[in-house]
Amino acid sequence: MNEYLVDIQNERLSFFTPAGEVKALNDVSLYVREGEVLGIVGESGSGKSVTAYSLMGLTPHPGRLVGGDLYFNGHHINRMSEREMRKIRGNEVSIIFQDPMTSLNPVYTIGNQIREVILLHTDKNKRQANERARELLRLVGINEPDKRLKQYPHELSGGMRQRVMIAIALACEPKLLIADEPTTALDVTIQAQILELMMDLKKQLGMAIILITHDLGVVAGRCDRIAVMYGGKVVECGTTDEIFYHPAHEYTKGLLLSVPNMNDRERKRLVPIEGSPVDMLNPPAGCPFAPRCRSCMKICLGAMPDYTPLSDDHYSACWLLDKAKFESRGGAQA
Amino acid sequence: MTENKLVEVQHLKQHFPVKSDKLFEKKVVKAVDDISFYIDKGETLGLVGESGCGKTTAGRTLLRLYEPTAGRIIYDGKDITHVNMLPYRRKMQIVFQDPYASLDPRMTVGDIVGEAIDIHHLAANAKERRDRIVELLSLVGLNTEHANRYPHEFSGGQRQRVGIARALAVNPEFIVCDEPISALDVSIQAQVINMFEELQERMGLTYLFIAHNLSVVKHISNRIGVMYLGKLVELADSYEVTFHSVHPYTRSLISAIPVADPEISRSTRRIVLQGDVPSPVNPPSGCRFRTRCPYADALCAEKEPEFLEVSSGHFAACHHLDRVK
Repeated sequence: MNEYLVDIQNERLSFFTPAGEVKALNDVSLYVREGEVLGIVGESGSGKSVTAYSLMGLTPHPGRLVGGDLYFNGHHINRMSEREMRKIRGNEVSIIFQDPMTSLNPVYTIGNQIREVILLHTDKNKRQANERARELLRLVGINEPDKRLKQYPHELSGGMRQRVMIAIALACEPKLLIADEPTTALDVTIQAQILELMMDLKKQLGMAIILITHDLGVVAGRCDRIAVMYGGKVVECGTTDEIFYHPAHEYTKGLLLSVPNMNDRERKRLVPIEGSPVDMLNPPAGCPFAPRCRSCMKICLGAMPDYTPLSDDHYSACWLLDKAKFESRGGAQA
Repeated sequence: MTENKLVEVQHLKQHFPVKSDKLFEKKVVKAVDDISFYIDKGETLGLVGESGCGKTTAGRTLLRLYEPTAGRIIYDGKDITHVNMLPYRRKMQIVFQDPYASLDPRMTVGDIVGEAIDIHHLAANAKERRDRIVELLSLVGLNTEHANRYPHEFSGGQRQRVGIARALAVNPEFIVCDEPISALDVSIQAQVINMFEELQERMGLTYLFIAHNLSVVKHISNRIGVMYLGKLVELADSYEVTFHSVHPYTRSLISAIPVADPEISRSTRRIVLQGDVPSPVNPPSGCRFRTRCPYADALCAEKEPEFLEVSSGHFAACHHLDRVK
């Protein structure tokens, strides 16, 4: 019925805080094909994690979906009950969190936590589950699985714990793996190990991955497509090459210019994006990026632009693109 | 060259006692173990390394926020290892990593910046003090009305600006920047990096820039020191370190950095290090990197490599420099 594995249509999600309604997601639409790696890039508060969590039915209180439809693998997520949700969570879709220190339960052994998923979602008995757990640890590159299964999270290093998280996430061979900043808490050399492992496993198991990060470098060589989020909106989405080599949105362009590049031979001044991130309690009326945009026009402050398609996969929401289209049609004299 | 050195450390060691299982057994973490370097006037020296490698400890010991276990600290030609630091606090300042934890939540921004002015008696009267605070705030891109606000009213980037204004309040010559941008959002990081560069040009500051992000350190530094488990493993001009590094650890560190360019990122072969950083309580014998090094052999376990000059101004500590390619 649906050609995409994940299809998010016009999702609107708000947090009802004592200080007022925070529109965390404002009309977000995204799709993920089967076996594809989608990167979601954005700053803190841009809504990247909230989008992914809502897909798993894990929106934290006081957040609530106020509009839109979420489809995953034939399920209509926002119409499902918690009981139905539990059947697919950890089974068809699973998640790796940012901080491996806090996302494992400190009072249960590693083995216990991996077996839990298997026993919940399959009809394997305890012994078979244990066998599977051992197999999973080997899959994620942990030596001496028998010893590790009996250990507690505090006995493992950060990189090891993240490997255990991946083992748990992959226990039921999900169709979609959501990785929420999986390497932000890790050192660079360990980050390289974990990202390499995730991509290897993707090749072996063929699941789709949503990789959420604030680091453009992490998504560069690994994602098929990238969605750039700002202020609760997807401002641009396209293939990796389109985003990096032909960015259309001013925010994407600014982001690319503001990171120092290791391969630059001479010292250049960075071009920062001026101003500070959007205050989500009082978002601007028009485009969320308008107050920081260098090419801001009058219309940007008043109304949100629609998406302009640029190729099959590439689209962006910016009035400048509309303007360019308008002028190319010969309407410039108007 | 000698008269150009502003700060120098010689064989600096910083050991911290840790709890032991056995009674009367003394255990120490060798957070910094025998490092030597100098920083010229007006220069930026970058220190990089993974968490727990001792880069922050090195920076703090340098300011004597920790008393060094051994070694010498020389500032502007004078040995300051055992002297009263108060006069030197005016010359040497620090900007901390976490702008949320390093500002007192119960003080206004004006008082946070003004405290240093009071301690060192830098203002003759209240008006002078107020003018100086306003001047400092405008220097870091904040305005007058911000002086009466509290830290919680600011965003992360703005708080870091307050932290920088506080460091600048005493007109220092030398600032230790301890991971000043790692707690900030990507789009804000560039603003703060540029500000550091502008302030350096305008005021002739000397920086020790500590960070784990090598691409940022490379951008801002003249020279870079790479640390691993309390030791300096390589030290050279930042261009040399990035493009002609000789130590296997530096090599793998550089190759592990995610490059924000899909084509380069796809085509480079990464040297992925196996295993984790060993505990600094029980560092490996000989060369500390040997447990993860692809070139390690029996010699590395036996003997610690010396920190030698491999070419002019380029130092490295490795037994197998000829084999590393």
